[in-house]
This record gives sequence, C-alpha cells and structure tokens, in this order.
Amino acid sequence: MFVVQKSHYAALVAVFSLVTMAACSRDPGTGPFNDPFEAQNRSVHRLNSEVDRVFLRPTSQVYESGLPKPVQQGISNFSDNFETPGMMVNNLLQGDVEHLVENTFRFVINTTIGIGGVMDAADAIGMGRRSTDFGETLHVWGVQEGAYLELPFYGPSTERDTAGLLVDFVLDPLGYVLPKPERYVGTITKLASKVGDRGRYSDTVDSILYESADSYAQARILYLQNRRFELGQEVPSDTFDPYEDPDGQ
Amino acid sequence: MANDPNPAALTRRHLIAGLAGGAVALSVARPALALDVESAKVLIGALVKDINGIINSGASESAMYAQFEKVFIKYADVPIIAQSALGVAARAASSGQMKAFTAAFQGYISRKYGSRFREFIGGQIEVVDAKQVKSFYEVISTAYLKGQSPFEVRWQVSDKSGKDKFFNMIIEGVNMVATERTEIGALLDQRGGDLDQLIADLTGLG
Repeated sequence: MFVVQKSHYAALVAVFSLVTMAACSRDPGTGPFNDPFEAQNRSVHRLNSEVDRVFLRPTSQVYESGLPKPVQQGISNFSDNFETPGMMVNNLLQGDVEHLVENTFRFVINTTIGIGGVMDAADAIGMGRRSTDFGETLHVWGVQEGAYLELPFYGPSTERDTAGLLVDFVLDPLGYVLPKPERYVGTITKLASKVGDRGRYSDTVDSILYESADSYAQARILYLQNRRFELGQEVPSDTFDPYEDPDGQ
Repeated sequence: MANDPNPAALTRRHLIAGLAGGAVALSVARPALALDVESAKVLIGALVKDINGIINSGASESAMYAQFEKVFIKYADVPIIAQSALGVAARAASSGQMKAFTAAFQGYISRKYGSRFREFIGGQIEVVDAKQVKSFYEVISTAYLKGQSPFEVRWQVSDKSGKDKFFNMIIEGVNMVATERTEIGALLDQRGGDLDQLIADLTGLG
C-alpha cells in the first residue's frame, strides 16, 4: 500500500541501530542519569544555546509580541491536530485503546467543528490533549531509556527518544496521505508552534539557559525527570527521604 | 500532558469544607495528633490557599516574592531542604556555615520559585489526593493555569522536624530538591568548593 521511500528506509536503518544501541546500554534508567556522551553532548548544548541566543529567542519575542494571542493559539492547535494521526498510530502500537479512542474523537471533532484543527473544540468539551510518541511506544515495548543525548537544533533527548523521533517521522500517516505541498504545512506550523512555546515559557527557559550555574546539567535533569514522569516511570528521587539520608547518597 | 487531570474529583466547596473541618481537628487535638494522610492534606490545602491568595492578589512582583518567602518559611522545612540541596558538601560544613547557608538558601529559593509562581497569576491550585510513601506523605494537587492544560504538583510532607512541614515539591515529575542539588552543586564547583563564597553569593542569586 505505502511505498517506503528511500529516505524513509534510511531513517528506519538509523532507527534500528539506535534501538539496538539503547537496548545495549547498561543503565536501566533508574539512576539519576546515564550520560556516557557528556563531552559531545556539552558541545551540542553550546551550539543549541548559541542558536537560541542568536535566533530562537529573538524570533520568539517577535512572534510573541507581533502575533495576536488567538492566532498563536490557533497555530498551536492546528499543529497539535496535525500530529494527532501519528499519535493514534502510536496508541495502537501501544495497545492503548482508551487513548486511541480519545485521540480519534479529538481528531474528528477538531478537524470538523474545530475548523481544520484551528480550535481545540474537543478540549472545550472536556477531552484534553493526550500526547504520545514512538519513544513512549518503545518504552511500552520494554526498550530501556539508554544514554542521555542532546540533539543539535532540537535539545534534550535519550537514545530511546531519538529513535522514537525518527520513527515518528516515518510513521506519520498524513505524510503518506497528503500531497506534497500540504504535507509541509504540518512541519511549518509545528516549527511556528515551537517558536511560540519558546516565547510563552520565555522566563522559565531563560532561567534554565542563561541564569543557572550549569545550564547543561539543569536541562538534563529537568528533561529526564519530566520525561520519566510522562512515561509513568517510577522516579527514585521522588521517594527520596531526606530525614533518613539528607545527602541523598 | 500525559497525566490525567480530573477536575471533577474535588470541587472547591469540598475543598473549603475539608479545610474548615481539618482546621477544627487541628486546633482541638494538635499535640497528640500524629501526621496522617488527612492532616497532610489539610496542611497542603492551607498552603495552596495561601498561594492562590498571593497569585490572585494583584500585588506587585516584589511584594509577591516577600509573600512567597513567608509562605515558604511557614510551610516548608527549610533546614532539611537546604541540607539536601547542598548534598555531600553539607557533611564537611560547620554548624555555623549550615546556619548561614540555610538563611541564604531561603531567600534564594523564595526568589527563584517566586518568579516561577508568577506564571501562576490568575490560576488556581487544588488539592486532589494524598497517600503515604515510606515514612512520609505525598499530597497531590492540580494546577489550573490560564491557557494551559492542567498539570500536577506533588508536595511531600513529614513531621520529622517536629512540625508538619513539606520538604519537597514535584511539578510534573520535576523534583525541587533534586534540581536544586544539581544547581547548588554547580555553583559550588564554580567557586572551587568554597562554601563561604557560595553563601555570600547566594544572596544575589535566584
């Protein structure tokens, strides 16, 4: 049915090698972090911070102040809706029927009543956004988190999430269904939506990137903690009792 | 995002009724009453009520920081948070240094989290649930902010300091103590491990 294009095939090969890498990494992801590539990661972090300082941050300020709030919200909603079919595929692969049904309803309602996804009509009737991705699918399938990675122009990730990122690109049904120019609309609105997020959470992002003593270490701990929370993993530091062990060692 | 917000679980009326009921129990049987799920919930209910008051007061930013610091002192076990944020370095510290560090840390953390809570302006936090974890209690609350999906804030409460206090706050999995330990560790490294220098500098940070 679907013709696997050459670029998709290359992505799949990359994914399999990454999944194998992640599966082979010794750390089961229960410790605070597993960062054997710290030196490379730190140089990528310097690049990303520079990209933020020179490009993303100023762009997001213009976006934030230049575009009316409802337009920004519309772009963000549209981008979310565009990603929903890909999430539905992941719900299916995870065997998560409840969220598959929810996301299907969200997609139908938002594409129709929500005028092509510009309005989050499903959220208004109490069916909020439930995001997922192939990184989560890999987690459900038992693939370990693997090493921490900071990806150029993207930011914090792990071996497992990087593999997931590449697979999601291949899995997105809209990539097959839509003709070429329309296919890129999702990518463009997604980028715009990311710029909007950078503007909206400006103070928080600034405080991490520019005000912390070690922004790399802060970004790493924040990403890993939040990602493990999203995946419903037991986080050992959450049950840490300082009265028994104040140094946490 | 991935969590399951359930706004219907607890209406504001229930919350207020629970608070009032809890307050009575607290004033009647306070000394004999050990911390349990209910009293942990009551404590965080009162804390959240104070925070909601601040973020909806319309006060100036600097006034809000001062109010957050008061709330922090009232409800948090500041010495144990400071000690665990300092981590292993706390072992080598003298009691005088610990005292000075705790005082500096208190202002630092209030400014830092005060500015994060600024994003909560116009929002509302509601206590949803509580449970026992090992020897302490965890109270689960949901933050409803304007234009954002509701998200989870957990408060870990213990009476081991002699009073019922929270010693950690976890926002969508992001643990305050673990995050601050990373930051304080990095600050200390920058100063070649000089704790006195860190104490002096901490008053200007956050």
